Amino acid sequence: MKAYWWKILAIALLAYTVIAGLLIDVPRLPILNETIRALFFHVTMWFGMILMLVVAVYYGIRHLRTGELQHDDMAVEFTNSAILFGVIGISTGMVWAKFTWGDYWTNDPKLNASAIGLLMYFAYLVLRNSLTDVYQRAKISAVYSIFAFAAFIPLIFILPRLTDSLHPGNGGNPGFNAYDMDSNLRKVFYPAILGWTLLGAWISTVRVRTRRLERKMEDKLINL
Amino acid sequence: MKKYIVILLLLISFSLKAQDKIGITDADYQNSDVQMADGMRSEGKIYVLVAIIGIVLGGILVYVIQTDKKISGLEEKFKN
Repeated sequence: MKAYWWKILAIALLAYTVIAGLLIDVPRLPILNETIRALFFHVTMWFGMILMLVVAVYYGIRHLRTGELQHDDMAVEFTNSAILFGVIGISTGMVWAKFTWGDYWTNDPKLNASAIGLLMYFAYLVLRNSLTDVYQRAKISAVYSIFAFAAFIPLIFILPRLTDSLHPGNGGNPGFNAYDMDSNLRKVFYPAILGWTLLGAWISTVRVRTRRLERKMEDKLINL
Repeated sequence: MKKYIVILLLLISFSLKAQDKIGITDADYQNSDVQMADGMRSEGKIYVLVAIIGIVLGGILVYVIQTDKKISGLEEKFKN
């Protein structure tokens, strides 16, 4: 891990997210009030989750093509961080929903779909841990993660749009989801996505290195 | 001729969206009917919040950096 510039970038972007996220002028909208700033912390979690799942699927495919365990390390640790972000995303979303929609859980299509999506990824962890052979585990979980991702994207992006939803960007519920994203908000929103994603990637790579080192040490012990 | 009409219609349709969104205008930034934490900002207490969240984030980042360094050290050790 020689390249560390992106870690510095992650720190800078996150510092910018927190400081500018709390201090910039935001549009004064009814119901949302100051909570509009949650955009930089709640929505970015889901974007980060999706980006990390893309990385996980990529390494899953690479593992299936080469059969090398080092790709499986990347796949599983990026999925782990993605699940962490997803859990944070759903918890922060519940808090936000309580103060804007009046309830922690509204049985909204977007909410239920994201809960199903998270459960699929919990099942991924259960599946992995139920297999003892490392190669079998890597192969089966790579295949599972490709299918899980292929189901996750329609679940959270397509299906909620086919029906009515309170959540912004879905269905037809004028007066609440109808606001377009403002250029002032974008100035913090896009750097925030990148910053949080890089932090997730950082944590993942640290854990990947731990895994690889552990395997090397085990191999050495066996070959002594 | 027909081709050009089709192209023209296509170009017009680019401006259409599946959902018409309400744009945010300058008026939304000045709309003082909507309650915001203005008192907190004018008293400067928002900086307390910035400092606290900044420290929490900084602490987590220091922890990640330390873990990163630790694993780098172990990798070095293993090589030798």
